[in-house]
Amino acid sequence: MNSDPTANTDKTVSTDTAVKADATVSKKKPVLEVRNLRVEFAGRRGALVAVDDVSFEVNEGEVLGVVGESGAGKSMTGAAIIRLLEPPGHIAGGEVWLDGQRIDNLSTEEMRRVRGKRIGMVFQDPLTSLNPLYTVGKQLIETILTHEDMSESQARERAIQLLAEVGIPAPERRIDQYPHQFSGGMRQRVVIALALCVNPRMIVADEPTTALDVSIQAQIIKLLKNLCEEHGAAVMLITHDMGVIAETADRVAVMYAGRIVEIGPVRDVIKNAKHPYTEGLMGSIPVVGHDLERLAQIEGSMPRLTEIPPGCPFNPRCPHAFDRCRVERPNLIQAGPTRAACWLHDTPAQAAE
Amino acid sequence: MQVENPILAVENLSKSFDVSAPLLRRIVRREGRSTLKAVDGIDFAIPRGKTLSLVGESGCGKSTVARLVVGLYTPTRGRIVFDGVDLAAKRSRSEMASVRKRFQMIFQDPFASLNPRWRVHDIIAEPIRAHGLAENERDVSRRVALNLERVKLSARDGEKFPHEFSGGQRQRISIARALASEPEFLVCDEPTSALDVSVQAQILNLMKDLQRELGLSYLFISHDLAVVYHIADYLGVMYLGRLVEVGPAREIFQNPQHPYTRMLLDAIPDLEMTGRKRIPVGGEVPSPIAPPPGCHFNPRCPFANERCVAETPGLTRLGEREVRCHAVEEGRLEADVQRVREQSPAA
Repeated sequence: MNSDPTANTDKTVSTDTAVKADATVSKKKPVLEVRNLRVEFAGRRGALVAVDDVSFEVNEGEVLGVVGESGAGKSMTGAAIIRLLEPPGHIAGGEVWLDGQRIDNLSTEEMRRVRGKRIGMVFQDPLTSLNPLYTVGKQLIETILTHEDMSESQARERAIQLLAEVGIPAPERRIDQYPHQFSGGMRQRVVIALALCVNPRMIVADEPTTALDVSIQAQIIKLLKNLCEEHGAAVMLITHDMGVIAETADRVAVMYAGRIVEIGPVRDVIKNAKHPYTEGLMGSIPVVGHDLERLAQIEGSMPRLTEIPPGCPFNPRCPHAFDRCRVERPNLIQAGPTRAACWLHDTPAQAAE
Repeated sequence: MQVENPILAVENLSKSFDVSAPLLRRIVRREGRSTLKAVDGIDFAIPRGKTLSLVGESGCGKSTVARLVVGLYTPTRGRIVFDGVDLAAKRSRSEMASVRKRFQMIFQDPFASLNPRWRVHDIIAEPIRAHGLAENERDVSRRVALNLERVKLSARDGEKFPHEFSGGQRQRISIARALASEPEFLVCDEPTSALDVSVQAQILNLMKDLQRELGLSYLFISHDLAVVYHIADYLGVMYLGRLVEVGPAREIFQNPQHPYTRMLLDAIPDLEMTGRKRIPVGGEVPSPIAPPPGCHFNPRCPFANERCVAETPGLTRLGEREVRCHAVEEGRLEADVQRVREQSPAA
């Protein structure tokens, strides 16, 4: 089904119309455009498809949340965009456009200049994304000097200013300290400062708050959001935590088994989910103030990459599955303000449009 | 908390760890020994068939309490009374054996807590054999099958190895192993933190079903307040080794007293998207090696005064609830909250 060329052209057509529909929602121009991205892992028994035909765009000043459970392909999508996929993973199809320039086919050297300068990154674990042998100041200054034409003392001044901006007290003193002298929350602030240090257009944040305690988490979310507004950067926020998405994102893409199953404004997706998976996921989250004897649960678990069922990948767990779901794979279909990859929304009225 | 005939009660429980530098360095630098008070004089009791949850941020000592209760650490001070028997006073293995099978533990990481070289059957059979519960091997197999079915796995899954299961299924195996010695009380240390939300819902539902069917009592350690709201009857909030507030869970969620409890509840991401206003709390948890004097929360507390810096707060009883806060004791908290709320700019 996936290798069928006619099916592929079909997909492109449907995404094009979908892009138009989205453009009417937000009039800002997209900073990042991902078109039909496909990530494969070469293996002895053929390629495993980790990200399958994923298309979305992130607009100027917008936070796009990407949410899903482990193995859904959300981090793979992020890694593919910044071209940091670990082999044998590789981009097997699709295009990535940054500010009107295609970046998925750049050489390694060209991509190095894009990364850091035009796309910033924030990873989950602040301790592994900082070098323990260098002071945080050295790491910040190195990054600034790589991408900007300024003197070392200017770069140092900029670094101090950045540390102050991310809320680190006494930055003149802290700049000469090593990462182990910072607490977890402070380290994540340094990582954010690193990502922002040359005013990138786009920030890919992969689980930036997962390793932090709840009280620190709230501080970091607020910081990330404020800074992106001030710097006008677009953010792709990858997380498994719907609460973080609800607080931060403007739009959200829900991923399942390597595909986007639903994408739309965050309020609509959370309050009025159109895809049965999103609906099930929202129901399974315990909420303070909701007295329930039992949580709604989705039976079973996400299929392994080797065992993705034909048709809609969610069909074995879906309470509404019918014959078509087991044979034919749904593309994203407009369903109210959001789009969902579900045949339930493929009504005749929709087809006529 | 006054509880009649509790399944577990801890009284003035403390655990200190020696974190001193090596002897030679201490002599050279003329330093003394330094200790870390991981758990500092806590009291709580769990009624039979109920769940008490301990919440707090990393480093607050909640996992240490779990390990103390099951006997993986020996307490520095205090009593752990399980069904009238003081566990801390028991020393010999034979004395412990009779009570030990009555409580079990479930760990956070289902990938690290199951032996990868053992078949699931042997993993679950171990406590049955260790406590001599079965008469013969057929009885062992029968009990293993029963426990696998209790956690909604198939009896045939016993033939497999742990790596053949997903994270959620492995946590079911951990629960089956914990249930194998027919315990009355389970200590669960973050049992769903390593799981995805949809799998977490399955495990939480299973734990509630088992509690109802088998009359189990739980000590449930978690950092996720939404999970705690769903599962707990009683709630204890820990901060830097001390229990700052303890009482019926619903009551605390509806009307938190201690400023730290208020802050924790305030920090829960707002899934309802009501746009509610928050009182901002800055700062981070200080190092437990050198905690601030007086009330440990005073450097982050918007309501702290001189007394909070100087004096460790004692216990204030409010109905079934116990709070350790000077502002609550003096009855000035509500007015202070009002004042801070007016001062903070509208968010």
